[in-house]
Amino acid sequence: MNVIPDSGATNYDIEPVLLNLGPQHPSTHGVFRIRALLDGEEVVDVEPVFGYLHRGSSKLAEERSYTQVITLTDRLDYLSGMSNNLAYVRAVEALAHVDVPERAQYLRVMMAELMRIASHLMALGFLINDLGAWITPLMHMFREREKVLDLFEMVCGARITFSYMRIGGVSHDLPPGFDAALNAFLDDFAERVAEYEALLLENEILVSRMKGIAPLSGERAIECSVTGPNLRASGVNFDLRKQAPYEAYDRMNFDVPVTQNGDNWDRMWVRLQEMKESARMTRQCMAEMPDGPTRTPADFFIRPPVGEVYSAIEATKGELGFYLVSDGTIAPYRCGIRSPSFINLTVLRELCVGWKLADLIVNFGTLDINVGEVDR
Amino acid sequence: MTITLSTDTVAQKLQDALPDAVEETRDDWIVVSADRIVEVCRFLRDDDDLDMRMLRSLDVVDFIDRFELRYGLLSIRRNHETTLKVRVWGRENLTVPSVAPVWEGANLQEREIYDLFGIEFIGHPNMKRILLWEGFPGHPLRKDFA
Repeated sequence: MNVIPDSGATNYDIEPVLLNLGPQHPSTHGVFRIRALLDGEEVVDVEPVFGYLHRGSSKLAEERSYTQVITLTDRLDYLSGMSNNLAYVRAVEALAHVDVPERAQYLRVMMAELMRIASHLMALGFLINDLGAWITPLMHMFREREKVLDLFEMVCGARITFSYMRIGGVSHDLPPGFDAALNAFLDDFAERVAEYEALLLENEILVSRMKGIAPLSGERAIECSVTGPNLRASGVNFDLRKQAPYEAYDRMNFDVPVTQNGDNWDRMWVRLQEMKESARMTRQCMAEMPDGPTRTPADFFIRPPVGEVYSAIEATKGELGFYLVSDGTIAPYRCGIRSPSFINLTVLRELCVGWKLADLIVNFGTLDINVGEVDR
Repeated sequence: MTITLSTDTVAQKLQDALPDAVEETRDDWIVVSADRIVEVCRFLRDDDDLDMRMLRSLDVVDFIDRFELRYGLLSIRRNHETTLKVRVWGRENLTVPSVAPVWEGANLQEREIYDLFGIEFIGHPNMKRILLWEGFPGHPLRKDFA
């Protein structure tokens, strides 16, 4: 990544313009800044600047008990709290050798997949918003997301900061009436996805603004440690739910959508298809979920043995990993977070250079980062 | 299922190709000497059987007398992984060769470690703070930061 000098560069024929996008900018979805060097409308260089939302989650975790840290993980990627909870508690369970009952495994998969639907809806909604379709399509996506959040509220009482996953299981079993509510949502959602596909995939403006724009090859994606839907859009079939199945994913029937071009269009398409697969898995979880306990009792002040573990899951934005080091006390000695949004930003410069300023917004949108997770 | 390679096998390959680069072989990771980390990584990436094309994660722990860097490596084609560690002794003026020329994915992760732990990566294309502002006093994830 090149460094942009503070007063613009000098070795161009005409003087390039240094444009500061953000930190407050509607397309950055949070407090995020892009320093873009422009030659006319063409982007010559890009440097992301972030840290405005840095709360020091890793440092805070070192002063809290393992159970209390769950509440910090809700606030990483605030659009996918369930996935963050899951990644963290799985790391603690691996460290402390805690087993999870089978019913809890199914509940976890179900919640993580519903979360994926909600998160991808936001990614697509804001992307279309950035493309100029002001607010209306976004509100359509919000409508479905609200229904997912209603389901979460039924289960654990919270809509954003769930702290639903606990060490050894989940906090609550399903409430009465959840089955019917979930089925109503899934039936409705199947129709809505068909509607979105018709609206998005056959829209001339979207096609001309996204097809062939900012392609990322599979080799480059791997070299830059890109994970998640962005990697699969580049033709690399790698999904931790298939490659290293955790919880009940080995019993789930689902396909991993993969496309070959790695352009903006493919990144959008992969997310659209993943929502359908997630809905399918949710239905399967509900049908096959065994009865039984939802939590193995574990101490609130759990003391894992001295050691360390790196445990990762396929979160909504890519591989979310927790690196926990225990010194035998009630608090983690080190809680490192491998955040997918942060590492996916490695390719931002490559995706934007050579394209127009208007494309920069779209390229940034299809990367689907979440600033809470970038800054931690 | 992603296979975790036996550290003995990997260490033996490293020993054959790059003698004395491996400092210690444990059950779960291989400790590599800090000044040879770049050649080790380049070998692991380019060897056809190992094929570690992706730097999955880069992290560090402060153990007061030393810092331990952890390199999680992954081969998507062969679907296996391995873990390297590098020990950096001392507290002041710490430097480690950068692996960003080997995997570009190390770029932001090394900057984060520099920012929060104060370990400088030599050969990194843009070694400056990333989450905190220039001029922030100290490196907050160090154990002695108050």
